[in-house]
Amino acid sequence: MLEMKFDIVIIGNSAGAVGCIETIRSRDKDLSIAVISDEKYHTYSRALIPYYLAGKIDLEKMYYRPLDFYERMNITPLLGKKAVSIDFKNKKVKLDSAEEVGYDKLLIATGGKPFIPPMEGFDRNLDNVFSFVSLDDALEIEKILPISEKVVILGAGVIGLMAAEVLVEKGLEVHVVELADRVLAPVVDEGTSQLIEKAFEEHGVSIYTGLTIKKLNREENHVKSVVLTDGREINCDFMIVAVGVMPRVDLVKDTPVKVNRGILVNKKMETSVKDVYAAGDCAEIYDFITDDRRLLPLWPNAYYGGRIAAINMLGEEAEFEWGTSMNAMHFFDLYIINAGLNVTDEIAEKEGYEILSRFEPEKKVYRRIALKDELIKGLIFVGKVDRAGIYLNLMRRKIPVTEFRERLLDYDFGYTKLPESIRWNLLKNEVILGII
Amino acid sequence: MPKVVAKPEVCMGCHLCEVWCVVAHSNSKDIVKAFKYEKTPHPRIIVDENLPEVFAIQCRHCEEPDCVFACISGALYKDESGRVVHDESKCVGCLSCVMACPHGGIVIDLDNRKIVKCDLCEEIGFPVCVKMCPNEALIYEEG
Repeated sequence: MLEMKFDIVIIGNSAGAVGCIETIRSRDKDLSIAVISDEKYHTYSRALIPYYLAGKIDLEKMYYRPLDFYERMNITPLLGKKAVSIDFKNKKVKLDSAEEVGYDKLLIATGGKPFIPPMEGFDRNLDNVFSFVSLDDALEIEKILPISEKVVILGAGVIGLMAAEVLVEKGLEVHVVELADRVLAPVVDEGTSQLIEKAFEEHGVSIYTGLTIKKLNREENHVKSVVLTDGREINCDFMIVAVGVMPRVDLVKDTPVKVNRGILVNKKMETSVKDVYAAGDCAEIYDFITDDRRLLPLWPNAYYGGRIAAINMLGEEAEFEWGTSMNAMHFFDLYIINAGLNVTDEIAEKEGYEILSRFEPEKKVYRRIALKDELIKGLIFVGKVDRAGIYLNLMRRKIPVTEFRERLLDYDFGYTKLPESIRWNLLKNEVILGII
Repeated sequence: MPKVVAKPEVCMGCHLCEVWCVVAHSNSKDIVKAFKYEKTPHPRIIVDENLPEVFAIQCRHCEEPDCVFACISGALYKDESGRVVHDESKCVGCLSCVMACPHGGIVIDLDNRKIVKCDLCEEIGFPVCVKMCPNEALIYEEG
C-alpha cells in the first residue's frame, strides 16, 4: 500500500481548494500540498456549465485556472481518486485506490451534491435525467441535445433558470416546474420574480409554479413524460433536476467533525477537529449580516473561505468576515445582482425593515434596498447593476446610511455621494489629500 | 502594487481622463475614430461626480482583490507585478466582479456582454489618464 505525506491536503478541486492553494503560495513556496478529487478533470468552473452548453465558450475555457496551474503552484494533484474516509487520530485520508495520504493540515472542500426529491418512478438508472452541476452532466447533456426537442426542468432557482435559458435558445421546448409560488423565491423579492418570469415568458419558456413532479412515466430506463401534482402530463426527451445542492458531507458522517446541515466551522474556518478546516458549499459558514452560520453555497464565499483557511493554516490570523448571500445573475438581457438578506415585503413588515425602492417596469429597472438600524441589510438590483460592489462594501463595513440615505437609489451612486469623512476614510489608501 | 491615485482637491471634473482612456483602448488610437467610428466607447476610469465633489477612480489593483475571488471563469487574476489582469477571452460577463468590487472600478460593456477595467495602459506602457490630466490630478504609483 502506497503512503504519502503532505503538509497540507485539500479534498476538493474547485473554488475553495484554489483559494487555499493560491493564498498559501502567495506566502509560502515550500510547504508540500496535495489536492484530492474524485473527478478526473483539471480544476474547472461549475458555474460555466451554462456558458459551455450555450456554445459561448469551448471546453478548454471551462478550466478555472491555466493547465500548468498545479505545476506552477508546485502541488500534487491526486485526481480521479475518491477520499473514502479520514483517520483523524493518525491524520490520514484513505482513498478508494487503497492509498493513504497523511496530512499536517487538512481542508475539506468537497462542495455540494444535487438534491433529488422523491418522485415515483425515479431511480439512478435513468439515462435521460441529469443534474446541472458537473462537467460530466454537461457532457452528457451535450450528447443528448441534438436528438432532443422537449425538456422538463425541475426547479426555478439560479441553476434551473440558467439551464432553461440555454435550452430554449438552443431551440428546445422548455418546461420549468417550481414548487414555490414564484421563481427564485429564496433569493429575490416578488417584484424581481415577476420581471424574471416575464423575461422567460417572452422567450417562450413555460413555467409552472406551485407544482412539483409527482411521477415519471418511463419506458425502461428512459423518462417519456412527467406528471405534475395537479395531474397535468408533460412529454419530454430529457429532464434536468435543479432543485438545489446539499453539502457533500458523507466523508465526515459519524466522525468527530461536527455537522449540522453543513460542516460547522468557526470564523477561522476550523472544524471541531484540530488541524481540520472546511470551506465552500460543504460548510456552514458565517454570514456577516446575521453574525450566524448558514449555508451560503456561492462561488465568492468558497474562494474566500479557502483563503481564510489557508491564512490560519499558516499560523497567521484571519477571520471569515465578508461572506453573505450574493449572486450576480443574468437571464436573457436581464441582469440581476443581490446581496445580503432577501427582505420581501412580508418580511419587511413583520421584522421591521425599511424598504427603499425604485421601479421602472418599462425599462426593466428595479432597485430595492432593505435597511434596519440604519444599515443596509439586503439589496436587489435589476437592469442597472453598475457599481453594486460599492453597496456591498458599505454593508461589509457596517456604515450607517443616515447621512446619505436619500442618495442610495441614485443610478450614479458613488463615493462622492457619501459625506466627506466616510468617503475619505473608505478611500484613505486610494487618494492623496491635503495638497491644498 | 501599481495603481493610479487621484488628488480630488485638484480634480475639476473635465472628464478628459475618460476621453483619453477610450482612445488608449481603441483600435485606431485616434480620438475621432475612437469615438465616432469604433464600437461604443467604455472608459475604464470613472469620474465619480456630485459637484462640487469630483474625482476619478478606476481599478485599484487591490492587494486582496475581491473581484478575483469572485470571478467564476478565471478571467481575473493577479499577475506577478501585482496588477489585477482581465483576460477578456475568458470573461463570460457574469458580472460577479461588479458585485464584488468595493470601488465600483469594473465597467460593464453590455454590447460585448463582458466587462472592461483599468489595465494601466499595458499596451502603451504608461497610464494615459495620468499623462493627459491637465491638472495633474492623477499620479501613477508604480508600487
